[in-house]
Amino acid sequence: MLTFLRRRITSSAIPLVVVILGVFGLARLTGDPANLYLPLSATPEMRAEFAARHGFDQPLYVQFVDYLAQVVRLDFGESLRTAEPAAEAVLRAFPATLQLAGATMILATLGAIVVGSWAAYRPNSAADRIASFTSTTAASMPDFWFAIMGVLVFAVALGWLPTSGTVGAPAWVLPVLTLLIRPFGVLVQVVRGAMVSALSAPYIKVARSKGAGEVRVVFGHALRNAAPPALTVAGDLTVGLVNGAVVVETIFGWPGIGKLMITSILQRDFAVLQAAVLVTAITIFALNIVIDACYALLDSRVRQGVTT
Amino acid sequence: MSTQAKVERPADTPAASPAARRATWWRLLLRDRFACLAVLILLVVAAGAVLGPLLLDDLATRQNLRAVNRPPFSLDDGWAFVLGSDSLGRSLLARLVVASGTTLSVAVPAVLISLVIGSVWGMWAGYHRGWRESISMRIADIILSFPSLLLAVVVLYVFSPSAGNIVLVLAIARIPIYLRAARAESAELQSRLFVDAARTFGTGSWAIIARHVAPTVLPTLFTVATLDFCFVMLTESSLSFLGIGIQPPDMSWGLMVAQGRQVLQSAWWIAVFPGLAIVVTTVSATVLASWARLAMDPGQRWRLTLPRSRRSDKALVKGVRA
Repeated sequence: MLTFLRRRITSSAIPLVVVILGVFGLARLTGDPANLYLPLSATPEMRAEFAARHGFDQPLYVQFVDYLAQVVRLDFGESLRTAEPAAEAVLRAFPATLQLAGATMILATLGAIVVGSWAAYRPNSAADRIASFTSTTAASMPDFWFAIMGVLVFAVALGWLPTSGTVGAPAWVLPVLTLLIRPFGVLVQVVRGAMVSALSAPYIKVARSKGAGEVRVVFGHALRNAAPPALTVAGDLTVGLVNGAVVVETIFGWPGIGKLMITSILQRDFAVLQAAVLVTAITIFALNIVIDACYALLDSRVRQGVTT
Repeated sequence: MSTQAKVERPADTPAASPAARRATWWRLLLRDRFACLAVLILLVVAAGAVLGPLLLDDLATRQNLRAVNRPPFSLDDGWAFVLGSDSLGRSLLARLVVASGTTLSVAVPAVLISLVIGSVWGMWAGYHRGWRESISMRIADIILSFPSLLLAVVVLYVFSPSAGNIVLVLAIARIPIYLRAARAESAELQSRLFVDAARTFGTGSWAIIARHVAPTVLPTLFTVATLDFCFVMLTESSLSFLGIGIQPPDMSWGLMVAQGRQVLQSAWWIAVFPGLAIVVTTVSATVLASWARLAMDPGQRWRLTLPRSRRSDKALVKGVRA
């Protein structure tokens, strides 16, 4: 198990390094921040002073070495916009996204297991067809449109929910629902597919013939074997959740990392953007390892296939 | 599944002549009502995308400030305003049709580019195994570990948001999907006997990939591409919605939703109809993809040739054995 984890970590460290390099390069290509932060009438001396203060007058490789040295010390420099340390801005925004994403994935996974198993229990029944139509539609739903429709119906027409904010349970309903809809649709289809084949396996007959109850058969025996593919897809979807978070946080004014990234790109705030992307990349990196470890724990074939 | 495939009735086996084979495809399509409907919708969207700009371009951009925010479902202003008008008095129906052209002109090239590059690369990597395979897979991991919307946001901010750049960024972001699928299948195929036989006769690796690997792998990849079409379309809409995709005065469905958002309280239809158009198109593509997955898999095709009432799994086993 330890060998498995060590191999997995070394093999996914390469993408992480490339992401760090890529962010540094792309952020430098977005244009000269002096144009945005100094008045149009700024003299060349003022521009030079601005560049020197933020280290932009150094050759690119010097800037990069500085950047790496800072990353190692967990010092991301300070925001051009607010002059506060970039790490602070990111760490303040990060929990909001993490809470949103966590709540979404837990609800989506639980919901998908229930609905997917229910649909798979009687393939091609009315319940199955309703579930598959709903999940297809959910998986093809543009999240920004769903969010606007939610605002239109529940905030504008009915007045039940607020249009933005993070305080209180009602404020969470629309953002979580919006973020949830696509992962939920995809997961229902995956769980259903895996459960249909698991439920037709011989060990299910054995479990039934020894007198196990239906709940135990479905959730104890079949689900355990249907879990690995669902887990893999859930992991990929969690990475994709960052996509949704950018849209959802922009629409609902959620003070998370997606909104922070969009703002810092528009404001050419290199330090914050780098810190934000790096934190996101590390989270995804850690998440992938956790998912692979779960996968190996569930299926001993995977574990042995890698270690031997 | 293998036993059921063997007892296929003779009528279901693909006929030798191309015309007969085409007839079989039609029959399989007509068997599935939902797939038929999906094909019809996609054809209508495609026809609107191709013909719309020629017929309606003027109508979609002509402003009429005396007919601002007309509500939908009334024929008082003529058929063009059956879906209402936007806040500059332009016909929403005409704008929807013209916008479908923009949306498709981004989604279709992006899917085709990533399909071609990803599948050729994947088959090459899977056929050769070894370091070529590992390096390709690492590259796929790198691209996939970066959220695609974020990649698009950064790249489009660096290189101005034009339709060409959107196509490029979406194509690059989606290459790994085909790369992985093609690699997996081709790695499995390259150890098969018929590939070995071709190799023994001295066939070159590219010729083997083209003649022996590709025909088996391509059906899967086409299914993946149909499904991915939804993803690309949704990403383009999201980008346009966020203001870094298609720029006005061009129109796309995502951009129309963003414009409708400003007047959501007074004129709901401006945001609702473009969004509905996106949902209907992507759902159709998904339905078509799931039909294609069944129709292209010889072991599953029998599911489509049976009447719906007998399609539940228990009835099937009986039906095939009888």
